[in-house]
This record gives sequence, C-alpha cells and structure tokens, in this order.
Amino acid sequence: MRRLSPAITQRVAVTFLWSLTLITIGVLLYIILYILAKGLPHISWEFLTKAPESMGRKGGIFPMIVGTFMVAGLAVAIAAPLGVATAVYLTEYTREGRLTFVIRFGADCLAGIPSIIYGLFGFVFFSIALGMGLSVLSGALTLALMVLPTIIRTAEEAIRAVPYTYRETSYGLGSTRWQMVTRVVLPSALPGICTGVVLSLGRSISETAAVMLTAGSALRLPQSLSDSSRTLALHFYILSREGLSMENAYATASVLIIIILALNALAYWLMNRFIRRAG
Amino acid sequence: MDIKIETRNLNLYYGAFHALKDVTIQIKPQSITAIIGPSGCGKSTLLRCFNRMNELIGGVRIEGDILLDGKDIHRQGINLTRLRQRVGMVFQRPNPFPLSVADNVSYGLRVHGVRNGISVPEVVEHSLRATFLWDEVKDKLDSPALALSPEQQQRLCISRVIAIEPEVLLMDEPCSALDPIATGHIEDLMRDLAERYTIVIVTHNMQQASRVSSDSAFMLLGELIEFGPTLHIFENPSDKRTEDYVSGHYG
Repeated sequence: MRRLSPAITQRVAVTFLWSLTLITIGVLLYIILYILAKGLPHISWEFLTKAPESMGRKGGIFPMIVGTFMVAGLAVAIAAPLGVATAVYLTEYTREGRLTFVIRFGADCLAGIPSIIYGLFGFVFFSIALGMGLSVLSGALTLALMVLPTIIRTAEEAIRAVPYTYRETSYGLGSTRWQMVTRVVLPSALPGICTGVVLSLGRSISETAAVMLTAGSALRLPQSLSDSSRTLALHFYILSREGLSMENAYATASVLIIIILALNALAYWLMNRFIRRAG
Repeated sequence: MDIKIETRNLNLYYGAFHALKDVTIQIKPQSITAIIGPSGCGKSTLLRCFNRMNELIGGVRIEGDILLDGKDIHRQGINLTRLRQRVGMVFQRPNPFPLSVADNVSYGLRVHGVRNGISVPEVVEHSLRATFLWDEVKDKLDSPALALSPEQQQRLCISRVIAIEPEVLLMDEPCSALDPIATGHIEDLMRDLAERYTIVIVTHNMQQASRVSSDSAFMLLGELIEFGPTLHIFENPSDKRTEDYVSGHYG
C-alpha cells in the first residue's frame, strides 16, 4: 500500500486536532450559554438581594450567596494553609521514604473518594460526634477535608518545579532552610499554588452532596458559623428536584456560573500579574 | 607564606564512589587560583568543599581537614551561615532569583539580618558598582532581574555575593553560559576583584585559566596531579599527564 504523503498526513492531523478543540470549546460554550439564556432574564437586583419566599418559588437568593461564600471561603481558608504546609514538608523537609509515600498515597486516595462519602463522614463526625449540627462550620470543615488533597498535590508540583539552583544559591548566600523556603521557593511557586487554591474554591462553591449533609438547607441568612445555611448549588438542586421553580433554578445556576467564571478570571489575572512582576 | 584555604589529605565519597583522593592544596589570599581538569575529575566537588555545599546532597562522607584561615571548617559548633557568608559562591549559569534587581543584591544581607547603621540601598549600589553593573541598571533597580542579559545576570550574581562581604569567592565555571565578549568582561572583573578577595575558579577553558589565574591546580579522576604557579603548569609542567592535558591531548 502506498503511504500518504507527509503533507496530506499533516493536513489531516491539523484538521482532526482542530475539530476536537472546537468540539470541546463548543460543548462548554453551549452549556454556559444555554444556562445563561434561560437564567439571565430572571435575574434582577431584587433576586440578588432578597431572601427567598415560599421555598424559593418567589423572592431572591441573597442568603444562599452569603452562605456559599461563608462555607466555601472558610473551607479553603482552612485547607490552604494546611495543604501548603504539608507540601512544603513533603518537598523541602524530608527525604523520600516510607512516610512521604504513605502521605502521598493517602492524599491520592482521598482525592478519589466521592463527595457524598465526605458528606456522610462530615455528618457523622462533625455534625453529630462533635455536636456541630447542620452548620456552616461543619460544612466548611467537610469541604476542607475534601479539597485538601488537591491543594497538597498542586502545591507540591508547584514547589517541585522551582529550579534547584534557587535553593543552592540561597544556601550559598548563607540562608537557613526556612529563609530559603519563605523567601525564594514559596514566592516562585505562588502562581501554581494559587491555581490549586482557586480550583479548590471552585469545587467547594459548586459542591452539593457534601454540604447538604453537613451545612444543611436552611433558607435563612446564616448569622454565625453554627447556623445552617443553603449554598447556591444546593438551592439549585432543590429548586429543580422539587419542581419549585425552573426559572429561579436557572437564574441561580447562572449566578453560580458567573461567580465561578469571575473567580477563574481573577486567578488568571493575579497569576499574570505575578509572573510579569517576577519576569 | 600566607594561606587562605588549605586542605590536608581530603577524601570525599559519594556513597561508594571515591570522588576526591588525598587532596592537599594551599590557596593564597588575594589571588586567583584556577582548578582545571576534564569533566568528572572532581574539580567542582573540591570547590564545593570550601563552603560545605556538598552536604546538601545525601550520602556524602568527607575525611581529612579543610582549613579557612587555619581553622577547621568542620569543627564542632561552627556557624554554617557565617561560613557561607565568608565563602561566597558564583554558579555556572547566571541564576538570579525571580525578584527585582535590588532585591537580588540585598537578598544575602536580609537573610543575615540588616545590622544597625547599614543602609541597604548603599550596599546595593556599592555591590553593583563593584561589578561595573551600576550604570547599566541604576534606573531599573525595581525591574525583574531575569529581564537582564546573561552577562548582566552573571554580574548581578557576583554583586549578590559581594553584598555579604565575603573573603573568598568560589566560581564554578562562571563564564560557561556566556559569549566570548561577555567572558572577557567577567575575566576583567575577576582580576579587579582579586585585589580584595581570594578567588577560586573552576574552569573547562584552559585559555581562561592561563589568562586570569596566578596559580593552577590540575585534577584527574579525583586526584590533584599538579599544583603550582599558572605559568609553570602551562609552560613547563612537571607531570606527563598535566602536559598531555594542557596541550590538548585529552578533555
């Protein structure tokens, strides 16, 4: 059989890859535009700033917006320092051994567990055993556990990518290990660490199963960390599942999508700014 | 005779590999000493003994003595930070931190803690003047160091070491990533710096060794084959192996 000429193979390959890219972007755009088209017309200032009425058939989603940021924000605020510290320990303070293997293997296993299992654990441990009940705090702690492996592994990769010469040079100038980590390694790894943190924030915001069992689904505005709170994603789920109001469900979904897009845009902007500053 | 750095029967092992064999060498202050030899002969390893950088890698064992101003650098209770401040190192590739020009120069200073009465901007300016970089970068002290040319980056790395006022400068093939013109500039700089600092340079480039150094050491397979005045090493070596190497028969 005669082989195809390289020029034709090249054209076929390019067409093929382009089609795949188009399909990927197309699907993404279709989902986003479909939801925004169905949801945006129902979003108004009142919708964003009022409390829901009659189980969400009418009224707004203000308590859910606040609840979402409280639960997800607190979750990441707990998980990020823990995760980055673990990553620093794994990369800079130990040699590879059985302990690092166990920690890494554990983190990878945790990353693969379905979120409903985290929800069940959080419900049994934080809500019941520790007596937190259905609360913002219980939800945040559960989500923190859920995103911890992602933060550890992305931070670890980012720290490993920092050139060895930076470490060597820092030692050569007489710095201690801690000075090297805080002044050279972490600043250089910051863009990668931020990516992991923002990804985790996105996952926390859009989580439903784990928060349903731990933060609950109260419609009130949470007044403290021990109050139950319904997040946007859960509100959307309940509105559509119970057939309460598809208009408000799509409007809620639109708000959720806009928040996630804005967060990602912010992360990119921060990262670019950082990279430009660092050269 | 004055001696700045001295090793006595220095042996170094990476695990089972015997990387330095009975090296005994005496390095004079305020001069340039070149260490030459083919790749893998242990010249960088020897250089890294002088500021104890080999310890960063696990499985390294050192026997014998290394003396700085007559005092053992492996003695109990030595301040490693202070040792590395006294014995500064410039690496093969220009490796500024991803920080601004000024922050790179002041890094060592900040690491050691800025003492009272010391002005960081003054030290930055003084260190950049010492490498003749000041006029080129004085208007971009806050811009990223990685935006400089490779030669400027290497000058910056030398300034960064000078800022912590070392007594010895260890240079591990400082010009291997630079073009010949930039190399010439760095060599001029080294001659200038040798009036104040003890410089030990590892180089693959024999012309460079003969141009800048007053003493040369030739190493082969972890052994110090010959050590003496550079002119002697290059013009009239005592050992057949040195003669073969400097005349280009290997390496």
